[in-house]
Amino acid sequence: MKDLFRGELVRFTLEEPEPSAKAQVCWQRDTEFHRLIDGDPALLNSEKKIKEWIEKQVETGFEPDRYYFSVRTLAEEKYIGFLGLWVDLIHSEAWVGLGIGEREFWSKGYGTDMMKLCLQYAFSELCVARVSLGLHEYNPRALRSYEKCGFRLEGRTRKDGMREGKRHDTLWMGILREEWLGLDKGVGVVE
Amino acid sequence: MKDIFAGKLVRLSAFDPEEMSKAFARWNLNSEYQRLLNLSPHRMQSAKSNLKWMEEEVGEMSPASYFFSIRTLVEDKLIGELGLDVVSWPGRDAFVGLGIGETEYWSKGYGTDVMNVLLHFAFAEINLRRVTLSVFEYNPRAIRSYEKAGFRHEGRTRKVLNKEGQRWDVLYMGILREEWMGLDIPFQGG
Amino acid sequence: MFDIQTQLFEGQDIRFGPIDHEKDPEIESKWTHDSEFIRLMETAPARPLSAAMIKKQYEKLEKQVEEDKNLFHFMIRARADDRLMGKASINGIEWANGNGLIRLGIGAAEDRRKGYGTQALRMLLRFAFAELNLFRVTAIVPEYNEGAIALLQKSGFVQEVCRRKSLERDGRRWDLYVFGLLSEEWRNQARA
Repeated sequence: MKDLFRGELVRFTLEEPEPSAKAQVCWQRDTEFHRLIDGDPALLNSEKKIKEWIEKQVETGFEPDRYYFSVRTLAEEKYIGFLGLWVDLIHSEAWVGLGIGEREFWSKGYGTDMMKLCLQYAFSELCVARVSLGLHEYNPRALRSYEKCGFRLEGRTRKDGMREGKRHDTLWMGILREEWLGLDKGVGVVE
Repeated sequence: MKDIFAGKLVRLSAFDPEEMSKAFARWNLNSEYQRLLNLSPHRMQSAKSNLKWMEEEVGEMSPASYFFSIRTLVEDKLIGELGLDVVSWPGRDAFVGLGIGETEYWSKGYGTDVMNVLLHFAFAEINLRRVTLSVFEYNPRAIRSYEKAGFRHEGRTRKVLNKEGQRWDVLYMGILREEWMGLDIPFQGG
Repeated sequence: MFDIQTQLFEGQDIRFGPIDHEKDPEIESKWTHDSEFIRLMETAPARPLSAAMIKKQYEKLEKQVEEDKNLFHFMIRARADDRLMGKASINGIEWANGNGLIRLGIGAAEDRRKGYGTQALRMLLRFAFAELNLFRVTAIVPEYNEGAIALLQKSGFVQEVCRRKSLERDGRRWDLYVFGLLSEEWRNQARA
């Protein structure tokens, strides 16, 4: 049986609230990172606040519509980012959002590996019918990565974001279960 | 578009905790009804105590739980209750439970009609792939009704019930979406 | 055209009004028993709600409007007799980006196809662009809602995204269309 949580470069895990909060405090200082993954204004949250927020998540337990992973590299066991899934249970559609807070791991295939692992989880474990995501027009690195994973561009909501005085579109992508099944999936497997 | 909440004899309507807690208290005076429906020993409950847990359960509005009142189409009379609880999302399987508290509506096709409406809701609105139920060995009327609605026998837990000095089985029945679609019941598509 | 004398909440046959906590729950409860209405209005599954539950929903809604400050909700009432006919809202407003999601629905089947939706949409857009100063609004509709699609297109919305097979109903999967309208497009239309 496959190890669902192990890719070629990364593995999925869940950090404890304290190291997770510490890392997020650090990553939020990088506003380029924030602006790539988020459409809301950049904020500086205290470690206390972030920790409380994480602990609240832990308390609410296991919601069937929410899945969150911390991501560590296989080589050095370094905690580099996160991936979250929100599932519309009725229509069997999962929305994914991911981020690599450690910049030196950008443009090296880590994001693609994370996404491939995510799709495997979503389709073969959560058994959803499709996976969707949105990204900013000014994030071509993510667009290329997601295309490599099999996502198709489905449209763009025009000028729905504004930063540095310039308007930009949000791109929307989706992959259907039957499309994913038809791919030649190069996800790391441990038989 | 078809009204998915209406059948031939009944319609599914909102589960109103106030109205239902009073009805429950009345229906539960009937020990035969209780024995057909409940595993636990018969007990009486006040409308007030019913109301409390109902408001909590029903107030939730989770995508995993649905409660309905069963009302007759002809006189809009409240005759029973129905609950659907998703057991597994990856498997898209839910557990259904229903009870017709007004005994004059037993053995007249009302149970089967309710189940037909429920299955349409389950397969065409919640998009489930199967529905499960359990029924007691000593409730042949319900077993026949579920068979008519398309449920198949899947097994039984033996001698689980202990009533009147005898042991009885609990039967498990299930229906798959493809089986339901193959039945001769109108399935509005497109 | 944009002077302050223009009435934002008064239309030709309809007006926007607040929630009437006494009378509205019963009426909206009836709408929730109409699966056709819910399936046109929502992607969430149709489920019949009692007046008591609707009342609780109204309370939650008003609290949200006050606390979150990113949503506006209107009841659509007939000007003649104040009868509740539908609802309209702008939600998910991102103030920094200047965008919001619009929703509107006419509750009773006999009130549809009479132009009330068109009037309500016109008023909602004016509120979004001339009062909230949004840069754009978005509307999301399932492919089977031909009435809404026609109304949006007539109002100048552009179909921007096709979320393929995102919705499942009646045993098949449907596309969800995302429509957008920019304030400059709305302004140009209003002038024309």
